[in-house]
Amino acid sequence: MDIRDKVALVGGIGCSGWIPVYIDVDTLHVLHGRAIPFASGLKMSDPSRKVIVFTGDGDCLGIGGNHFIHGARRNIDITVIMVHNQIYGMTGGQVAPTTPSHGKTKTSPYGNPEIPFDGCALAKAAGATFVARWTTAHPRQLSKTIAEAIDHEGFSFIEVLTQCPTQAGRVIYGVADPAQLLDMLKANTINVNAAKNKSIEELTGKILIGNLYHDDERLEFASNYYKKISKLAASC
Amino acid sequence: MGQEVCQGTVKIIQGNEAIVEAAIAAGCRFFAGYPITPASEIAEAMAQRLPQVNGVFLQMEDEIASICAAIGASFGGMKACTASSGPGISLKQEGVGYAAVVEAPIVIINVMRGGPATGMPTAPGQQDILQAKYGSHGDYEIIALMPSSCQEAFDLTYKAFVLAEKYRVPVYILSDEIVGHTREKVRIPAGLKPVERKKPPKEGYQPFKAGDDGLLDGMPAFNEGYKLLIEGQLHDENGNRAAHLPEVCAKLTERLCKKITNHADQLVDIETSFLDDAEIVVVSFGSPARPSLRAVKDAREKNIRAGYIKIRTIWPFPEKKIAELAAKAHTLIVPELNIGRMVNEVKRAVAGQVEVVSLPKLGGLLHTPGEILAEIERRATVCTR
Repeated sequence: MDIRDKVALVGGIGCSGWIPVYIDVDTLHVLHGRAIPFASGLKMSDPSRKVIVFTGDGDCLGIGGNHFIHGARRNIDITVIMVHNQIYGMTGGQVAPTTPSHGKTKTSPYGNPEIPFDGCALAKAAGATFVARWTTAHPRQLSKTIAEAIDHEGFSFIEVLTQCPTQAGRVIYGVADPAQLLDMLKANTINVNAAKNKSIEELTGKILIGNLYHDDERLEFASNYYKKISKLAASC
Repeated sequence: MGQEVCQGTVKIIQGNEAIVEAAIAAGCRFFAGYPITPASEIAEAMAQRLPQVNGVFLQMEDEIASICAAIGASFGGMKACTASSGPGISLKQEGVGYAAVVEAPIVIINVMRGGPATGMPTAPGQQDILQAKYGSHGDYEIIALMPSSCQEAFDLTYKAFVLAEKYRVPVYILSDEIVGHTREKVRIPAGLKPVERKKPPKEGYQPFKAGDDGLLDGMPAFNEGYKLLIEGQLHDENGNRAAHLPEVCAKLTERLCKKITNHADQLVDIETSFLDDAEIVVVSFGSPARPSLRAVKDAREKNIRAGYIKIRTIWPFPEKKIAELAAKAHTLIVPELNIGRMVNEVKRAVAGQVEVVSLPKLGGLLHTPGEILAEIERRATVCTR
């Protein structure tokens, strides 16, 4: 079967929201923050459909934060790929709910006074049943995880740490060279399996990457909904 | 609540329940909503009824999610609907604009209550009639229908689904707290068929290529081989973003508006009584239509040549028809449950040829027939003097 008969893509608003527009699969490019509700409508109207959402950290965890936690809570079978660049890039580099504390941006010129969200921890706490994090410096591992997430029946969340030479690299880290930013992503992350044997000192400042959480027990929302209603019938 | 209503029967049901039964009869199989007074009975009855017909009811986390899920489901292949009231309808507005620009057939029910803000949650209002037309940003057009009884709530909801499919546009039902919560006789016609969703031809398909009438040919669904790119930015006929192409954007904006306004004559739905020799005509819509008709009948008893117009299709506003019907009268009285909104549309329609009197009623109460009659008598005296 052609994947076009099975897969629907939804893009949010932000640099990453454009990803599905360039893929030759039916695509809905929606409103800022609302990709998960649109995706929920697509999924519930045909539970056999695989729906993949491309979103950014501002789109998913800022304006769309409420939809994100409720999508995870329902454990609806949607794969959410969150491209995380720590900043509102497309609008010119404003502070995001994921910008590191003290990070300087256009709207945090004296350093970010806030504490950032950890999208993976939030997804797991809210009820997502597949949670992973990779970086753009790990393309092979990331591809494999995306395939696993799509196969997983439930709400799957993949955070992808990315270089953003145009905005975050320059304003937060003072680095505009993409290759150097990729090296930083490699240096700042550690695979969750490798981390098991490390001391707290060795892990300080490191971000865990890999498949972080997986639960096949929890009921998936769409298939369970249809199973439930199949037993009902109108009496007229 | 949730009693089943079968076709070809007469039932005593709430306006809100009548809307649900009509939606299901029209083939609506997806509803997403959020609790709000006085619209909650719609969600409750949908929750009861939709699963019985293999449909989906979702109580979403908020109003924005509800309209977005409905649009997603519409492209997923289901006829879809959402309902709310004042504050919730305000929240849905970005979704209304999105539905308009991607030409998603959806039905939005606003059981109007008094506003602004939290306003008067359990009291009726007609203060959202301009919001229905102008609530989202940018230029676009919608269709809005206004019921004044439970029977009309049923009939117009069914019609809303017909129009949503035909014009590929969000269609509002502007009900109000009175219609929503009144229980009265509703005749469910026998043999009502689900509204057809016409599939476009696949050969050389361009999702946003319209015919000469400005309308798209049918409604595709995802995963059926149409190669859909559904884009919320202004786009070309293939769905590619065109924000950098002024001519393409101008053409689309104009088509989105004119596909509705150019069909205003076909969309007009007006009921009239006692118009033949009427000098004073009450122009009403929604709940005030009922005391209006009573007042006109009472005026006739008093030998005042009063007439009655009830507008069911409020957007696009039937200005040509109003001008035509009002030509013989000298005064039009416009009772409405707001500060005086639609009266300006009526004035625009008659362009100074007829005196137009606003009869607003605020505070969450309906006009009494006596109040409307008093205004008719006042105007009758003024003219005979």
